[in-house]
Amino acid sequence: MQLLPIDASNQGKLDQVMQQMADHKGCGTTGGSGKSSCGSGAGPNDMAPEIWEKVKNHPCYSEEAHHHYARMHVAVAPACNIQCNYCNRKYDCANESRPGVVSEKLTPEQASKKVLAVASAIPQMTVLGIAGPGDPLANPEKTFKTFELIYKTAPDIKLCLSTNGLMLPDHVDTIAKFKVDHVTITINMVDPEIGQYIYPWIFYNHKRYTGVEAARILHERQMLGLEMLTERGILCKVNSVMIPGVNDKHLVEVNRAVKSRGAFLHNIMPLISAPEHGTVFGMTGQRGPTAQELKALQDSCEGEMNMMRHCRQCRADAVGLLGEDRSAEFTTEKIMGMEVQYDSDARKAYQSKVEVERQAKVEAKQEELRGLAGESSDIHLLIAVATKGSGLVNEHFGHAKEFQIYELSTAGAKFVGHRRVDLYCQGGYGEEDSLATIIRAINDCHAVFVAKIGGCPKADLTQAGIEPVEEFAGQFIEKSAITWFKAYLEKVKTGALTHQPRGDAQIRQGAFLAAA
Amino acid sequence: MPLKIIDTQCTGCQACEQECPNVAISSKNGVCIINPKKCTECLGHYDTQQCVAVCPVENTIVFDDSLPRYQLRA
Repeated sequence: MQLLPIDASNQGKLDQVMQQMADHKGCGTTGGSGKSSCGSGAGPNDMAPEIWEKVKNHPCYSEEAHHHYARMHVAVAPACNIQCNYCNRKYDCANESRPGVVSEKLTPEQASKKVLAVASAIPQMTVLGIAGPGDPLANPEKTFKTFELIYKTAPDIKLCLSTNGLMLPDHVDTIAKFKVDHVTITINMVDPEIGQYIYPWIFYNHKRYTGVEAARILHERQMLGLEMLTERGILCKVNSVMIPGVNDKHLVEVNRAVKSRGAFLHNIMPLISAPEHGTVFGMTGQRGPTAQELKALQDSCEGEMNMMRHCRQCRADAVGLLGEDRSAEFTTEKIMGMEVQYDSDARKAYQSKVEVERQAKVEAKQEELRGLAGESSDIHLLIAVATKGSGLVNEHFGHAKEFQIYELSTAGAKFVGHRRVDLYCQGGYGEEDSLATIIRAINDCHAVFVAKIGGCPKADLTQAGIEPVEEFAGQFIEKSAITWFKAYLEKVKTGALTHQPRGDAQIRQGAFLAAA
Repeated sequence: MPLKIIDTQCTGCQACEQECPNVAISSKNGVCIINPKKCTECLGHYDTQQCVAVCPVENTIVFDDSLPRYQLRA
């Protein structure tokens, strides 16, 4: 099994990891009081105006934006030029949600029609990405043809692509030509000795390379590509897969290396390695990190470098807000039968409504933050929130497919991640077990904020030491969290309550059991 | 003998199709197929068969034992 049960022995391992990462701390994590510590949650005051303009509507680059704006991926790039031990290209399942997986491949023409259809149906869809299912730059003709078609018909849609970087240096000028202003490179190592355990081979210059040599070539091409992009002012996000025992400690070095070459955002993701996916890591029993191991690594890399914590590791054909997937509504068959009229004015009108909503949320947070001024305490804790979006506590506990995790301290409420859970209310799947799964997924939280919750789960959560909180139904998450936290501190102060640290939590792997 | 693709293992990713120097590979019903009349086993082009080297699934592109090996014309 790759998932660790949470017990005392693993707590020991976790302490060890945290200790090893402590060296890298202090690069500004607990910086000035005015500066937001988390870049991906950062607002216009935290970055240069031209960069804010680029990221503010991009759900994958701005944590704050991802509550309001949607993205879509089109699967036009099936071929890949490297092999990764966490990927199995034979696996395809519509219930499975992870990178590299896709149900149907599209031609550039089909993709362009799909983009227009989705953009008309979902006005908050602002970003089109090409992320595979292979590597976009191993399919340059299909990738750039798609960009060209969309650039012509819907110039307001932001274009981005996600690559392993091997062929990146060859295509930087074309990327710039189509005004692709966001590029994600997956960089799991800067040391080929480590890379050989992640990449069994690469195909480069008509030859298959293996071992350290393969990893060295890949590394050199990735660094060159990253430098060439940042030179041209193209925003770069770096994705890294955290593989405990292989590159977990090393990712701190990766973080330094990409930061020094101008990467804008670093997204450290947990390894997905369920045995049924048939990946090398799945077969060898390589486990993924626990929630606290992942958070410790993300915390230690945070500083001058923005960290992304809201990644949902979505499919290469995902459609919708992050964490939701509406791709089933837009199959090729349905799209080709649709009359699509691209109405950019309607989209603009909708988006300005979103801006008003968004501003209200920011103001609510600021108002409550003022209320925290003067409070001082070392206590910081996590809460889980059931939300449907718009930054509100508005989901029923039993309907939540994931919980958003916020870290509360006297500095405010900070988004630090999310946890996937099975649908609890799905009848017939054994409710007892589902509830236990949810508790394991949010076991490091002190409270769970929900719009509503039934009597039974409420009692079980309370018994597990997680307080179910219903009183903020329909209200802004951060404002609610801070209000609750103030009351919590007050109770600790008066002795009505003793602050107890919580344990670790599991990161759920594999497919949702039921369709959304 | 030219190469063939074992279709039950093929992911249809078309990586081989892009690399083939002879344009011998095409896609049909979601899998790739090699035209044995066009395949030269990459002789005269590369040291290794490009389709074999780039294929993500091991032992999916193999020599077709039922056909004679390709001979470079002198």
